[in-house]
Amino acid sequence: MDTAAQLVLLTLAAGTPLVFAALGELVTEKSGVLNLGVEGMMLVGAVVAFIVAANTKSPWLGVVAGIAAGAALSLVFALVTLTLQANQVASGLALSLFGVGLSAFVGLSYVSVVIDPIRPIAIAGLSDLPVLGKLLFAHNPLVYVSLVLFAAIQWFLFHTRAGLVLRAVGESPQSAHAIGYPVVRIRYAAVMFGGACAGLAGAYLSIVYNPSWVEGMTAGRGWIALALVVFATWKPWRVLAGAYLFGGVTLAQFQAQGLGVEIPAQYLSMLPYVATIVVLAIISRDAATIKLNAPASLGRPFHPDG
Amino acid sequence: MTPRLVLTGITKIYPSVVANDGIDLAVLPGEVHAVLGENGAGKSTLMKIIYGAVKPDAGTIEWEGKQVTIGNPARARRLGIGMVFQHFSLFETLTVADNIALALEGDRAGPGLPERIRDVSAKYGLPLDPARYVHTMSVGERQRVEIVRCLLQDPRLLIMDEPTSVLTPQAVEKLFETLRRLAEEGCSILYISHKLDEIRALCHKATVLRAGKVTGTCDPRRESSSSLARMMIGGDLPHPAHRDTEAGADALVVRDLTLPADDPFGTSLAGINLTVRAGEVLGIAGVSGNGQKELMAALSGERTLPDADSVTILGVPAGRLNAAQRRSLGFAFVPEERLGRGAVPEMSLADNALLTAHRQGMTKRGFVRERAVREYASDTIREYGVKAGGPDAAARSLSGGNLQKYIVGREIRQKPRMMIAAQPTWGVDVGAAAQIRQALLDLRDSGVGVLVVSEELDELFEICDRLAVIAQGRLSDAKPVGETNAEEIGLLMAGSFIHAGAESHRAFSPAGVIAGN
Amino acid sequence: MRILLEARREPSRLARWLSPIVATLAVLLIGFVLFTAMGKDPWQAMYTFFIDPIDERYKAAELLLKASPIMLCAIGLAVGYRANVWNIGAEGQLIMGAICGGGIALAFQDIETRWVLPLMLLAGMAGGMLWAAIPALLRTRFNANEILVSLMLVYVASLVLSLLVHGAWRDPEGFNFPQSKMFAEHALLPNLVPDTRLNVGFLIALAAVAAGWLFMRKSLPGFQMRVAGLAPAAANYAGISANRTVWMGMLIGGGCAGLAGIGEVAGPVGQLLPVISPGYGFAAIIVAFVGRLHPLGIFFASLLMSLLYLGGEAAQMKLALPSSVTGLFQGTLLLFLLAADVFIHYRLRIVRAPAAAARPA
Repeated sequence: MDTAAQLVLLTLAAGTPLVFAALGELVTEKSGVLNLGVEGMMLVGAVVAFIVAANTKSPWLGVVAGIAAGAALSLVFALVTLTLQANQVASGLALSLFGVGLSAFVGLSYVSVVIDPIRPIAIAGLSDLPVLGKLLFAHNPLVYVSLVLFAAIQWFLFHTRAGLVLRAVGESPQSAHAIGYPVVRIRYAAVMFGGACAGLAGAYLSIVYNPSWVEGMTAGRGWIALALVVFATWKPWRVLAGAYLFGGVTLAQFQAQGLGVEIPAQYLSMLPYVATIVVLAIISRDAATIKLNAPASLGRPFHPDG
Repeated sequence: MTPRLVLTGITKIYPSVVANDGIDLAVLPGEVHAVLGENGAGKSTLMKIIYGAVKPDAGTIEWEGKQVTIGNPARARRLGIGMVFQHFSLFETLTVADNIALALEGDRAGPGLPERIRDVSAKYGLPLDPARYVHTMSVGERQRVEIVRCLLQDPRLLIMDEPTSVLTPQAVEKLFETLRRLAEEGCSILYISHKLDEIRALCHKATVLRAGKVTGTCDPRRESSSSLARMMIGGDLPHPAHRDTEAGADALVVRDLTLPADDPFGTSLAGINLTVRAGEVLGIAGVSGNGQKELMAALSGERTLPDADSVTILGVPAGRLNAAQRRSLGFAFVPEERLGRGAVPEMSLADNALLTAHRQGMTKRGFVRERAVREYASDTIREYGVKAGGPDAAARSLSGGNLQKYIVGREIRQKPRMMIAAQPTWGVDVGAAAQIRQALLDLRDSGVGVLVVSEELDELFEICDRLAVIAQGRLSDAKPVGETNAEEIGLLMAGSFIHAGAESHRAFSPAGVIAGN
Repeated sequence: MRILLEARREPSRLARWLSPIVATLAVLLIGFVLFTAMGKDPWQAMYTFFIDPIDERYKAAELLLKASPIMLCAIGLAVGYRANVWNIGAEGQLIMGAICGGGIALAFQDIETRWVLPLMLLAGMAGGMLWAAIPALLRTRFNANEILVSLMLVYVASLVLSLLVHGAWRDPEGFNFPQSKMFAEHALLPNLVPDTRLNVGFLIALAAVAAGWLFMRKSLPGFQMRVAGLAPAAANYAGISANRTVWMGMLIGGGCAGLAGIGEVAGPVGQLLPVISPGYGFAAIIVAFVGRLHPLGIFFASLLMSLLYLGGEAAQMKLALPSSVTGLFQGTLLLFLLAADVFIHYRLRIVRAPAAAARPA
């Protein structure tokens, strides 16, 4: 029972960066913008968070810095695609490549630095309860933050007027513009929110999950987050479920070794990527469902006439 | 009486065209005022200026005696101006209530909205269910949402942009009743249209636009269609020349075509039967959204069918063939979308000739013979009077009418034996429209089978030999044009020929799938 | 006073070719500022980065050598991008090409015949095409986004290579290092210019670029792929098969990348290692864009990208600057290009007078 609870702890911890990144991208995509730069934004968030945490000795300050860095990078993307009308796919790729390069460059002298990470919470009495204690009260604070974020996004999107407007913009920016909504400004906000979440995901990786900085430490999680949004057919609760599923898959690498299974490490490392491909194929096959749930203007440029 | 709206000297210049040039317009309270002009005359731009979506380069606007600047649509709405768009500004995956809420401000959008929607819509004879998802609604029902959305804002001026192109003749009558009632209550109505009969039946006053300028104002009730036409286009409306011919062998036979929609927002086709013979024009009338798109895709080969025999072209079972293969049988198709489907907007006219006509000696062993391509394009431009900078001009630089002439010419010059044209004169100026209709008739006279799908009944009655109606994915029997009239067709368009027990052929009604998981 | 972006009536051809140059200049400027900020003499750093790597015959050959795989990948990708087939996995297809071709080399280690090399090249091309066939299949059959699938496969290919050089293909006399045996002389690409490392691979790359130009500009299938990229509905209307377009786009990209991969391991690398490419597959994406998806542009952009790689190495050796500067420059180059591209479709207008002033009729 205890190992099961332990497994839940680990799975949630492993899935959390995906939760942050995918939820953020979901909001961006709901406004009709496809931002392929998630991997780049996560890496920049990770490295900036680490550097600030190392220099200020405060991991929380690092997290805030990571969020800001992600948002700043997404601002570049927004500028290039929303104001300068560049192709969203090419710009997102450019952002990822740029983020990879920038983070490697900036983080060079921090590769073997050690910081004080954010540790899981421990509430006297509650955390020690058998089973329930581990399940509910022993998570890392950022895991709780991710769950609150999920609830907030769910409420915002489907129970507030602002969320309705956002969904309308993603559905048909021309109609929203005709009615008089500031489509570009709304998209800017959605993109930057996505960037902030990606930065947060990166900060989580470098300050909580694997407190260190290594070049490319996101290992493709940004891309997996993009696939997750499709897999979740743009519904937040499905993003949560999918993120934890993938978290579990990434854990398999370590669990298998622990169980004494004799498979070369590379096969296990392949699992998350292969799983992503399989999941994408299965979900995309149902073109009708995708058409009904995907924001209709996703990826298409918006030109307000006149 | 203080006029409700006065425009003075309104001017709007775009890089390639002067859309509005010094326009003066005055609308009184309770007046139904027509803005009449052919496609491209500047009507839409003028309306966008009044609605605040576009800022004029010069001129003033007076609202109820005071000069105003309408900076954005929200400001226009606050003044009391409502707009019912020609191409609806609705959100398909949201409900009627959500759609309306998005256009309302503050507490008007709050609780109690569904009730008010029900009340207002019923009061004006346009009943609506607030909980329905827009994508499950027909085009006519969607227009109701647009109108009710405006009515809920207590408008003092209602702008209707080409409202009747999506309605059956009977529905047009109903709409007119609603508009007359609104006018009696003091609301002014700006009615944009190019349909002379409607304007003469409904409107108190008309301002006529041509090429961005006002060419006259009048009381349309006292004018005849020809006098209005003269103000609108500077001459009489052209009528194509007919010739009596004998129809020949079957050029196109559609047998029991049944096709589920591949798009959740589309219409399924059920048991469609039709025959087009060589040397005749068969017309298909219908309100948009009743399966025309799906039928065209199935006939053109853009969507292939499982049963090869469901579509027979010139005696050959063609159901499984794609568009290129059907062309090589002697088939040609002019689609309803010019840019993006009939032609690639960014490519030159020459490249666009290569698009479908490459079998006309334009390739050699897989390589393109550039000279042959340019020649074909230039000849097409010349023969069809296309106003363009030459074969290198980009397709999107042409006006709607000229591009349509080019596409029609490109297809006709491939010497097809069967031709389908979908909405051949939509968005096309009167001169080009007349030319295109004549070209289709000439094609018929030379022994080619022609199928025309159109939403304009006048056009169909003018050029067709037989006429059928498509409604809810089903096709009525075709009748000779001389044996039917607009009213009968109108009833068919509303689905009178479909048996009462038949299920609706809306492909997909996923209530509750969207917006709230 | 307001600054407006006004839509042009016709896209500006001048801007289309000017923006890569503007982007390059912007990168140079950034480099200047960056080097200064890092406490180096900026002029010396710029010289070391951009001029020093190519000032000798041997070094110029290195430039062309490094440009070859990038050029090869880029032209293959460009054909696909023109058709809206977004192959992002060239790096993985390159690795697969290296594996398949390298496998042939290792199999024929002791058998010396002149058929080994052509066989290796064919196997390399086939390997890349096979790896690209996966996203093609998943897109045509399942509608799965080829960007994500091809990218995931990069990680998988990298792991497969790692498996092989750590395990089945590890050189028994390699002191337990993860590497394969060095390829025999007959399994290496012949040299092109004596006293340099430039090999026949450069000619293959040039031939590919020329073939790419012929295909895209002069052939009907190439034209049809361009139509598919610009207006898919028009392509369908013309009877151009969307599936065929996807397959051709992916296979051409994969084949070229596979060829580049075998070119690397049968060339300067000479064996299979855990890492055989410093991201050429990704650099090729940037080159494809900066080169405007045009063969001539791709040729020059490959040289520029190659210079960035060499510059990074030179800067690392001579100035103790991190080589990751290269990656930074590459990403910056693409971003600036996309930003500068705005002037193709829009022009700047500065509006001084207050908007919508009433003018007398």
